[in-house]
Amino acid sequence: MSAQLVLVNREQKIKRAVSRIFVYAFVVIISVTSVFPFVWMISASLKTEATVFAWPIEWIPRDAHWSNYQEIFERVNMLVYFRNTVIISIAVTAIQLSLASLAAYAFAKIVFPGRDILFLLFLATLMIPYQVIMIPIFVIVRTLGLIDTKLGLILSCSFNAFSIFFMKQYFMTIPNEYVEAARIDGMSELRIFGQVIAPLSRPAIATLAIYTFVGAWNDFLGPLVLLSSDHNLTIQLGIRKFITQYSARYELIMATAVLAIIPILLIFLYFQKHFVKGMALSGLKA
Amino acid sequence: MGKLMTTGQMGRNRSITGYLFLLPSFIGFVVFTIIPIIFAVGIGFTRWDSMHPPRWVGLRNFQIMFSDSSFLVALKNTLVFTFGSLPFTVVLAFIFAVMLNEGIRGRSIFRAAFFFPHIASIVACAITWQLLFHPGAGPINSMLMALGIQNPPRWLAGTDTAMLSVIIVYVWKSAGYYMVMFLAGLQTIPTSLYESASIDGARYPRKLLSITIPMLSPTFFIVIIILIINSFKVFTMIYVMTGGGPGRSTSVLVYYVYTQAFRLSRYGYASAMSLVLFVLVLVITIVQYRGQKQWVTYMQ
Repeated sequence: MSAQLVLVNREQKIKRAVSRIFVYAFVVIISVTSVFPFVWMISASLKTEATVFAWPIEWIPRDAHWSNYQEIFERVNMLVYFRNTVIISIAVTAIQLSLASLAAYAFAKIVFPGRDILFLLFLATLMIPYQVIMIPIFVIVRTLGLIDTKLGLILSCSFNAFSIFFMKQYFMTIPNEYVEAARIDGMSELRIFGQVIAPLSRPAIATLAIYTFVGAWNDFLGPLVLLSSDHNLTIQLGIRKFITQYSARYELIMATAVLAIIPILLIFLYFQKHFVKGMALSGLKA
Repeated sequence: MGKLMTTGQMGRNRSITGYLFLLPSFIGFVVFTIIPIIFAVGIGFTRWDSMHPPRWVGLRNFQIMFSDSSFLVALKNTLVFTFGSLPFTVVLAFIFAVMLNEGIRGRSIFRAAFFFPHIASIVACAITWQLLFHPGAGPINSMLMALGIQNPPRWLAGTDTAMLSVIIVYVWKSAGYYMVMFLAGLQTIPTSLYESASIDGARYPRKLLSITIPMLSPTFFIVIIILIINSFKVFTMIYVMTGGGPGRSTSVLVYYVYTQAFRLSRYGYASAMSLVLFVLVLVITIVQYRGQKQWVTYMQ
């Protein structure tokens, strides 16, 4: 009897171990597949025209051509593209977060006539894809005299209904008593927003800021439609331009790709928790 | 009395503050969303090169559209792309999330690895995959040939394999995003359900089929909705990797709209076609709205 039990136990243990191995194998294979294009990208960026496709793959090139990175800065205005992207991404993040938080505060903490209808109106704009209105946006930005300017792109990307929705959801979790108490103390709404609500909302602000920044950094269609002069291009457009000019210099192309990804990788590694937290809430964002 | 305000005055003042807080956002929305959508509908009924005044053509654009084989191909390709990538993305994201949820070691590293492609620059990823898929000397075909396959596929360069290649890249890039949504969904399933199932002697596959999948049905639903909408909008990957080719084999709706508008200056016709995208997204959104009502009650 007991011998039989031991046997059953052992069988179960073996089964569990086998399924464990299967789970690990699957997870490892998929994770490696997810990462290997990036590893290849970095590896290729350090090779030469002759060795970039050499088989078998030399994952860590014996003589790494770091000069490839120097070369791309010499061939195109990579520094300018980089600076433009930083300016645009920071400006879009700052403007979008300030305006969205202000609006979210009004929706969450102030009672005024028409509030709910206005909120619904904002929400409804969430379902309009940028791709549907890109032609009118191009025309409007041109009419404003801002076509092919960083300002035009920044303004057109600075209003996002999702950001308002996201911040409103967070503000709703802050008890109204805080606001009421501050009002009794005679604080203005702007001060309540800046000194009471904003400090309490740091985690939400950080998450949204990271998302907005990454989105602006990676944006391609917006800059493609609105920017054209070389001195205005973002890094994404810069890579595209580089590809068309040096279509056979694969190692240099990979170096530009690495440059576009490194800042996002650093942000991701540093703020990983925010990404996962934000994701749970951001089901609505494209 | 003097400085004290009545509650009515205070309420009025506060209302004004509320409106003032909304004003900048509201102006932004009017200029960059509401006017554009009205405008998009308007110019959809005109012929317009954006230099000369638009000319009203009524429903002409829509009539032309449905006899324009390039548009029909783009529409078909958009659907093939969407429903071709959907099952792979959903299944992969779901399985990966379930496995990560099994309390394995290094969970956060695996999660990060699987998620990272989602936030990496599309342009950089697209160009890298283009090289990986290089038909002559790329690493993928070098590997296949080393494995003894004489005529490996031409991937992005082949008319019959380009769409498949694009789908592979899309699944690779986006599955991590949906995986995190599934992970969030898995957190909401009470562990007591699994415990009582274990007491009843249920094995793992049984638990997966009878607890996990049914309990996650709201997540499946929202994932599929978001996936469909996002795939309808695909552009950058196509623009960088294939330019709609070879031939028209990967030309999708937004790509065709883009080329008609910004390369050929056919703004009226392009706007009319973008309205088709809008209607598609609208239909899916209505399905979502209807479905959510059901799923929410289901979840309670």
